[in-house]
Amino acid sequence: MKQFLFLLLTASVAMSARAQSSQYQDAMTKQVALLDDGASYNPQTLQDISNVFERIAATEKTEWLPYYYAAFAQVMTAFVQEDKSKIDPLADRAEANINKADSLKKNSDEIACIKSLVASARIMVDPPSRGAQYGPESGMMIQKAKQLNPENPRVYLLEGQALYFTPEAYGGDKAKARETLQVALQKFAAFKPASNIEPHWGEAQAKQLLNGEAK
Amino acid sequence: MWKHCLNLIICTCIPAFLLAQQKLTGKITDAKKHPLPGVNIYIKGTYDGATTAADGSFSFTTTATGAQVISASLIGYKTLEQPTTISGPLQLNLTLKEAINELKVVTISAGSFEASNDRKNTVLKPLDIVTTAGATADIVNALKTLPGAQQTNDREGLFVRGGTGYETQIFIDGLLVRNPFYTSLPDLPGRGRFSPFLFKGTTFSSGGYSAQYGQGLSSALILESEDLPARSSYSLGASLIGVNGGLDELSKDKKTSYGIEADYTNLAPYFNIARPRQEPTMGPEILGTSANFRHKTSSTGMIKFYGYGNWSRMGFRKNSTEYPGYQEQSDVRNQNIYTNLTYRESLGSGWRLQTGFSFSTNDDKIKIDTIRKTAPANIRNRSELSQLRLMLTKSLGAFSMLRLGGEYQYAAERGAFNNYQANYVDNYTAAFAESDIYFTPQFVGRVGGRMEYSSVLSKVNWAPRASLAYKLNDYSQFSLAYGDYYQKPEPQYLRYQRDLDYMKATHYIASFQRVSMDYTFRVEAFYKKYKDLVKTVPDTSNMGTGYAKGIELFWRDRKTFKNVDYWISYSFLDTKRNYLFYPFEVQPDFAAKHTASLVVKKYIPKITTNIGLTYSYASGRPYYNPNLPESKFMSERTIDFNTLGLSASYLTTVGKAFTVFVLSVTNVFDIKQVYGYRYSTDKLRREEIVPNAPRFLFIGMFMNFGIDNRQDVINNL
Repeated sequence: MKQFLFLLLTASVAMSARAQSSQYQDAMTKQVALLDDGASYNPQTLQDISNVFERIAATEKTEWLPYYYAAFAQVMTAFVQEDKSKIDPLADRAEANINKADSLKKNSDEIACIKSLVASARIMVDPPSRGAQYGPESGMMIQKAKQLNPENPRVYLLEGQALYFTPEAYGGDKAKARETLQVALQKFAAFKPASNIEPHWGEAQAKQLLNGEAK
Repeated sequence: MWKHCLNLIICTCIPAFLLAQQKLTGKITDAKKHPLPGVNIYIKGTYDGATTAADGSFSFTTTATGAQVISASLIGYKTLEQPTTISGPLQLNLTLKEAINELKVVTISAGSFEASNDRKNTVLKPLDIVTTAGATADIVNALKTLPGAQQTNDREGLFVRGGTGYETQIFIDGLLVRNPFYTSLPDLPGRGRFSPFLFKGTTFSSGGYSAQYGQGLSSALILESEDLPARSSYSLGASLIGVNGGLDELSKDKKTSYGIEADYTNLAPYFNIARPRQEPTMGPEILGTSANFRHKTSSTGMIKFYGYGNWSRMGFRKNSTEYPGYQEQSDVRNQNIYTNLTYRESLGSGWRLQTGFSFSTNDDKIKIDTIRKTAPANIRNRSELSQLRLMLTKSLGAFSMLRLGGEYQYAAERGAFNNYQANYVDNYTAAFAESDIYFTPQFVGRVGGRMEYSSVLSKVNWAPRASLAYKLNDYSQFSLAYGDYYQKPEPQYLRYQRDLDYMKATHYIASFQRVSMDYTFRVEAFYKKYKDLVKTVPDTSNMGTGYAKGIELFWRDRKTFKNVDYWISYSFLDTKRNYLFYPFEVQPDFAAKHTASLVVKKYIPKITTNIGLTYSYASGRPYYNPNLPESKFMSERTIDFNTLGLSASYLTTVGKAFTVFVLSVTNVFDIKQVYGYRYSTDKLRREEIVPNAPRFLFIGMFMNFGIDNRQDVINNL
């Protein structure tokens, strides 16, 4: 009987530990799935999502992904934001989160991609004044990510996006953008994230841009 | 036994039982009871939480019980952590306090226009400073479109609020710049000598400025040089009037950079086609060079060197008013060198050190000759200035700070008129202390003072300064400023008369400004009292007096019209002074009662072209007519001043170089401008003082390899 009780006890402890990690997996899976859905990309939903990631991050202090995704959702909020005065506070928050992720996972190409996005978001506040400072910063982060992992498809998505949206007179090039986005699609096809909660966003954006270009 | 067992099962499985969850509901508001949507509220250590809805309400369930900490966070607010006990359904109403960020903290603004790329909302960005069509890449010309500055285009310098050009001082990284303008000939104002692109921050203060700066009665233009460039680049330019080239090299470790630039300008070919009023006999020709070096000595330390050397010569001939039938010839040759070495470092425990050394020298050779009538006058002015400056700042709490510093300047002034020489040397020392005290983040007071001693005057002065600023909300603030300002008389008087004293001005300023992302509104009223101005009649003395008062408006709008950014400024100035040969207090000949400017920039994305327009107006200025009785001194006015400048720049790529083609015209409609009249000694004849080249056309091309700085070039025209 005692043995049975002991077994029950240990099983219970083990179960609760598993429950903890499955809670993490479940919550992350659910939120990441939301980010896979294009309908989520409005300020309100993105804010909800980033809030959940921040909650997870506050509990799972050794995981880099919750910080990473909180930053990603925040920088995306900045991009879909109509009110320019909200961009900097969002970028500040995203930067704080991505720096925490950076301290947990050094030299990550994915983190460099988010840093590039944060710099790009800051340009939007005042392109003429800020382009000269944050444009090169954003580009440098893409190059860093490429060095760390030339197979990362998001590198080519960001590169293609930059070429696409920069006016030609400022060094943008739609034809080159299309080529780069095609490379991105090839890399997306070959890309296998280590798990379903590792970064894997971007394929839909790349396709969307290419389709837009085809029109 | 079985019963025990059951207890145990219940105990070990309690977490599962508690899935019978508790519900938490409530509302989150700010201090003013406005609901806050988007707040992230959760129980620390769990995933249980929610985001508040548009009405600030939230509702979520949790399995946690007992003593817990509730966390509520929102961007722009201080995160709230509130301990609570959960034993059943819980209703919570929470209040979040606004976080203190740059936008919420007031800064001293009375009297100053700041342009900075820092994120805080400044009235202008550095690019805006040089945005003005018709400004022809001259910082000072661009600043003339801001309230407080006069359209005094017949003399060099920035004339501010009833002050002369001499009353404005220019500082680079805290160090004074003597002779910031190319030496001028009569009626031909000299341009500024330095490129506007070297500066990341520019503050144009039209009064009430900090005790850090001295020897400017009216105004200070404070320039802060760039740190390291983002990457290496090379530039080339060519225009109707000259060529330029430069490189800016950043080291691999991104800790060191150096740059050199050279430009050559020759207006002679241009003047062969578009004849100026006065016939050019030499040049105008300018050779400019500059060099910079920047090195990051630690994460907080930086050493910077900036220097330029310029050589210019020009000569013009015109019909003499003094001697009808004869011609007057004036030539000027100038060389000027300026160097500036600064070092800054954090010393720990809130102390910071900023120190700098500067040496500059200026040499003017001027020849004025009424050909075949009088003996030529040869004027030679040489000046050398060495200066040392040290400033310590200590932060006191979150925002408050203390500044302490000292300056020493050694100036040698050598003047020669034909064979007659008048030289002097001045040892000038100054010490200042000033503190910014934040009573609350929205309410700041600045109090300080400056003490100066000049050996040539052998006098000490003490200048107290004080300002207050109160922020009403994120965008609006009120400011007040007061201060005493002293300045040595100009070298041409000190050379001959040594028992002079400092000139003095006292400023009182009240201002309101509202700066948001897309709109800026600003209104400022001022009163300035002048004392001890230099008089030359009957004797050279400090008996001069005067005052200036006025009100100024500024409006900027970047939103109403798509791709259009415009600003309007208006200055009303009521000023009178009795100085030099004036018999009593009158409106001086350099001051206009009404001054207004409209600056418009429009970007047309389709053709990647920027269009710029600047219109400026100034009401007629008094001039001296010696035929009038003394009671009518300066009673006549010139015609009003009007000018419209236009520029267009087209951005493209030539090979690998980002390229801008530029077309710009000043005074497009060739509106007649008269700045005053000059009378012959016998009072029988007079000539109009008019711009030498009333309309100026510029066509040029700028190429840049590396950094894309085309926006700079555009905004420069």
